[in-house]
Amino acid sequence: MSKSQFKLRSKRLSRRSIKDLMAKWIVKGGGLSAIVAIFLIFVYLSVEVAPIFFKAKQTPIALAYPIPGDSSKTLSISLEERLALASRITQSGNVYYFKPKTGAVTQRLKLTLPDKVNISAYYKPEATSNGNEDEGGKFNLETLVLGLSNGQILLAQTSYKVTFAKNGKRIITPTLNYPAGNKLISTGGQSPIKQIAGALNSEGITLVSSGGAGKLHITRLEKSGSLMEDESKMTISTSEITRPKNEKIQDIVLSKDQKSLYVLIANNSLLYYDISDLKKPLLLQTLPIGSENENVSQIKLLVGGISLIVGTSSGKLSQWSPVRDGQNRKRLQKLREFKTLTSSIIDIVPEYRRKGFLVIDRSGSLAIYYSTSNRLLLLNKLKQTDASRVYVSPRSNAALIETRSGKLQFHKIKNEHPEISWAALWKKNWYESYQKPEHVWQSSASSDDFEPKFGLSPLAFGTLKAAFYAMLFATPLALLGAIYAAQFMAPRLRQVVKPSIEIMEALPTVIIGFLAGLWLAPIVEGSLAAIILMLLLIPIGVIAFGYYWQKLPINIRSRIPDGWESIILVPIILLVGWIIFTLIGPGIENSFFNGSLTTWIQQELGIPYSQKNAVVVGLAMGVAVIPTIFSIAEDALFAVPKHLIQGSLALGATQWQTLKQVVLLTASPGIFSAVMIGFGRAVGETMIVLMATGSTAIMDFSALLGMRTFSANIATEIPEAEVGSTHYRVLFLTALILFIFTFFFNTIAEVVRQRLRRKYSTL
Amino acid sequence: MKQNWFKSGDPWIWLNAGAVAISLILVFGLLGLIAINGFGIFWPKSVITAKYQEPGGKGKQILGEIHDIETISALRISESGVQIPKHKDTFQRYLLKSTRVGTELPFNRYLKYYLKEIKYPKNIVVVERLSGGIFIGYLKGLKNSEGLKNSGRKSTAISNKKLEKQINKKLDRAWALHKKIKVIEKNKIGRLNYRQEELNLLKLKYQYYKEKDQKKYQTIEKELVDIKIQYSRLQSEIGKLRSKINRDVLLVSNHLRDKTEIPVANITRFYFPNRMSVFQKSGLYLQKFWEFISDDPREANTEGGIFPAIMGTVTIVILMAILVTPLGVIAAIYLREYAKQGLLTRIIRISVNNLAGVPSIVYGVFGLGFFVYFIGGGIDSLFFPERASYKPTFGSPALIWASLTLALLTLPVVIVSTEEGLSRVPRAIREGSLALGATKAETLWRTVLPMASPGIMTGLILAVARAAGEVAPLMLVGVVKYSPSPPIDFNAPFIHFDRTIMHLGFHIYDVGFQSPNAEAAQPLVYATAMILVLVIVILNLTAISIRNRLRERFRSLEN
Repeated sequence: MSKSQFKLRSKRLSRRSIKDLMAKWIVKGGGLSAIVAIFLIFVYLSVEVAPIFFKAKQTPIALAYPIPGDSSKTLSISLEERLALASRITQSGNVYYFKPKTGAVTQRLKLTLPDKVNISAYYKPEATSNGNEDEGGKFNLETLVLGLSNGQILLAQTSYKVTFAKNGKRIITPTLNYPAGNKLISTGGQSPIKQIAGALNSEGITLVSSGGAGKLHITRLEKSGSLMEDESKMTISTSEITRPKNEKIQDIVLSKDQKSLYVLIANNSLLYYDISDLKKPLLLQTLPIGSENENVSQIKLLVGGISLIVGTSSGKLSQWSPVRDGQNRKRLQKLREFKTLTSSIIDIVPEYRRKGFLVIDRSGSLAIYYSTSNRLLLLNKLKQTDASRVYVSPRSNAALIETRSGKLQFHKIKNEHPEISWAALWKKNWYESYQKPEHVWQSSASSDDFEPKFGLSPLAFGTLKAAFYAMLFATPLALLGAIYAAQFMAPRLRQVVKPSIEIMEALPTVIIGFLAGLWLAPIVEGSLAAIILMLLLIPIGVIAFGYYWQKLPINIRSRIPDGWESIILVPIILLVGWIIFTLIGPGIENSFFNGSLTTWIQQELGIPYSQKNAVVVGLAMGVAVIPTIFSIAEDALFAVPKHLIQGSLALGATQWQTLKQVVLLTASPGIFSAVMIGFGRAVGETMIVLMATGSTAIMDFSALLGMRTFSANIATEIPEAEVGSTHYRVLFLTALILFIFTFFFNTIAEVVRQRLRRKYSTL
Repeated sequence: MKQNWFKSGDPWIWLNAGAVAISLILVFGLLGLIAINGFGIFWPKSVITAKYQEPGGKGKQILGEIHDIETISALRISESGVQIPKHKDTFQRYLLKSTRVGTELPFNRYLKYYLKEIKYPKNIVVVERLSGGIFIGYLKGLKNSEGLKNSGRKSTAISNKKLEKQINKKLDRAWALHKKIKVIEKNKIGRLNYRQEELNLLKLKYQYYKEKDQKKYQTIEKELVDIKIQYSRLQSEIGKLRSKINRDVLLVSNHLRDKTEIPVANITRFYFPNRMSVFQKSGLYLQKFWEFISDDPREANTEGGIFPAIMGTVTIVILMAILVTPLGVIAAIYLREYAKQGLLTRIIRISVNNLAGVPSIVYGVFGLGFFVYFIGGGIDSLFFPERASYKPTFGSPALIWASLTLALLTLPVVIVSTEEGLSRVPRAIREGSLALGATKAETLWRTVLPMASPGIMTGLILAVARAAGEVAPLMLVGVVKYSPSPPIDFNAPFIHFDRTIMHLGFHIYDVGFQSPNAEAAQPLVYATAMILVLVIVILNLTAISIRNRLRERFRSLEN
């Protein structure tokens, strides 16, 4: 071999080894990335879910700049949607617009007040939003109800109109207008207003005011024309509530629907009035709240105007809401208590768009709560301890804090998912206007101030219920079938039967679901008796046939070889089924149940029935699960070493005894894992449940009612859920639960199966 | 004897046999149910006329196709408020489909008991229309814009024959024109629309990047104007064809002798069901069946065909197979041939195996969050930031995300069965190859992989079968009920990964459960279900035969 030849060879060799090396890295890289891709699912789902359990975070942006504008008392500060601007209304009647980050005043407007009259009381009803998200963004109309020293009332409304310049720049124009017109509204009293409350919507305005003791003046302005600004078209009606003994009125709160009036009087009594009929205000309840050594210091309505948050001088916070009692009377009811703060509550501010609120206490702590989930999301002792009031931004992403020493602080707040807590997800929860605590899943509604109800219990319950009924039907059929196919069936028949049952596994579940919903559900409704009878009579029929079969003369019996019993049973079962369906079922329904069992159940027994119910789902999903269980169980049973069986038979055991004591015992881990895997499939099945149930999230185990499962819930709701919202993340949480649940069951099954395989190989 | 028989355990064995029998009945019953209902809908149905007279009610003349005759109990009828005589327990009820009038539903149920003078008139015609469903009645004549040209008398069959011939001629003419219009609409206008969209996006891009060169804008504007001109020219061309097509009008009357006119342009076909022979019916059956699988859907998916859904399903599955095969095979090779066999590999193997059992909806959620919003949204903000306020390109459900989700869903299946295939390759073969001086890669590529190919094919079969039937994850990541443009067309780049697609499984769900007129659509759903089953079975059988052939080829080596 010459040198050059050798060189050539080594060159070729090196090229080959490079190729080999490359292949190695490609395979390693590709293989690992494929495996990583699979595990990514778990990681990604967890990452999406995690934020719902985070606490709120507060970042100070500007600490303590002097309050912009004059030094008179601040009535209200509101922030613009995107925090570009803030406005402050003062007792002197000035409106200052300033940059919340620096406190620099950009503009000053003045309220038109008559001479020698000043503002003696104010009230801030819930802001209404206007405009839409796409053009210019939502903007809030923030109303301030001002009670004057001459007994009259002025309504002022501030808002930030947003327009876009040609270059895409956002231009904010602050506006100040008077929703009830420029003129002052007379209430009937002349003395200075000490306490005031009001509410307004597109139909009218209701105002309640008091000179401080004894009397409440109610004024209602109803719109009769189209424009609210046009005062001439408003009809004004007034009314009065007189309290005995000239009680001191401490605070008034009026609900958003202008019907419920809450008045806090001395000695910590809360009066609950229904003022929907203005002429006849109805005192519904006098409720002592607070205790001997603590006073109620703050009452505020949550957004939506249904719930009251009550804060006391000892730092206690509770939520109250009108609830209908046993006699269908509306009564204020304490829904929940929140974690107590250390000192007196001095300010409560509800969030604009969800049921949370911010609290300042005497010691200068800022706390953020959420009502439904009963969570304390943030508790922070502020640097300056003389904080007196807090103002939150419309998106709840920032807050301004005012101190007694005339300073203003600006904080950014990150509090995206306050709605979720362990209790909110899994425990009974007392929602607004519900009579008692309940498990509810109701994620969205048309109205803005809706309280989302993220109770997962009904969904988990529905998931397990559907799986239970499916397994109830599928397990016996699949396991008995597997035993027969593995142990008794003729090999030639087995070769055909096993794949045919396994075909069903490839049958799309959407088809099974469609048949269940449109074909099976009406049949079950029409012949429920026959369906129930079939479950009972077919096994009996089969055994009876077997009994008479072995009594037949041997020459007939021998025509059917051993292991073909199931084929002769097919026509028998069809016949029995047909007889039950056309004769016995209708006969029983006609003679015992006035012709229809379902109607009878509903009318006589009072059990509710829905057409798409658990029976339908059980049957349909059972069909989908049978091949899974059958196939795995059959494999395990068939693989039982033949010498064990033959040994047992040789020792004189019957076929059945051998099966019971040798085969089943040996293969039991395999059977167990088959059932586990089948259960996992039933839990996650989507289309059948989606099409064959009414998708009602209820907690009722009745076989005659529907359910809503995790998977169906995801399928219906996730396309509509806003990306990154709490609803979206909760749906991800349910997907993660499904993932972990099925993964867990499958792992058990797989480990058991592998053990079994090893056992077989040693036998 | 009895005692012994029970003791021997034989009853249990019979019970087991019964379970197998029930399972078999379920399988074949299900397939049979779909097949009978699915195939049945294309069969031309007989039409009856009769007088319907309920006691106390006004009698009315009815006319309709018999879709079903069912036997129901007396109670269920009286529940619906219909009076019935006491002496009978069960009644027969006809489900008739008649011409839709106004908002009335076409399907009605009539008790046979109250039907008088049931007749099957031979000269009744069923006219299938493009919009408005079927019309059932009698042929009266043919008219064109110049006036009445020919009229058939119902008594003489000969003149009717002539009339039919003439109508057929007109129909052919109308269809030729229809085809022309369709070609213009689909190809020419479609291309213009596509180009216009492209130009608009380009303009957006220039604006976003503050392109200074005014010439570029001008060329775009010029082309846009040009497109507009072409568009209006095509429109007027279509308009002309339309007026031509609308020349002929068919005169018909219903059973109450109310005359109506049906534009020939609106007719897809007409036939006389009561006088057709089985042979003729079979011909019509095949025609209708072909129309069903080759046409676009009409009337909110409740009529017409399902071609886009078939095409969508096949596209998505093929794309999925292209994505999943290399990934799955490489992962399996890594696990079996390259990775160190230890506890970690075992855990990975079990996990991969288990992922096959994770509910598909979970993959859908992952696909929506990760692929669509994270990756797709990322691509959009990186490459197409100018379209942010216009519409998302990849940041919304699309073909590619649907295929990727399916690929991920089926990846475990492919890995597991490829691994099984690899483990079946005898050691001796590997060692022999290595001993002859081949590198590991060469050994794998030349000997091991070919021998493991049946295993790979099995994996692919299972993957394809699962993918074709999956609906739940797809409806989150790219499958819609109606997609205006197909994923594959003649506009470059020919396959559009960013488009939404239609899918047979979702079609079933949508038409069966979301459509307002579910009853009318139900037969179509059966037919769609049948097609889906056929697609899956065909895909399976093809793959199985390939696998068997491969297995045959390597059998000698394995032994």
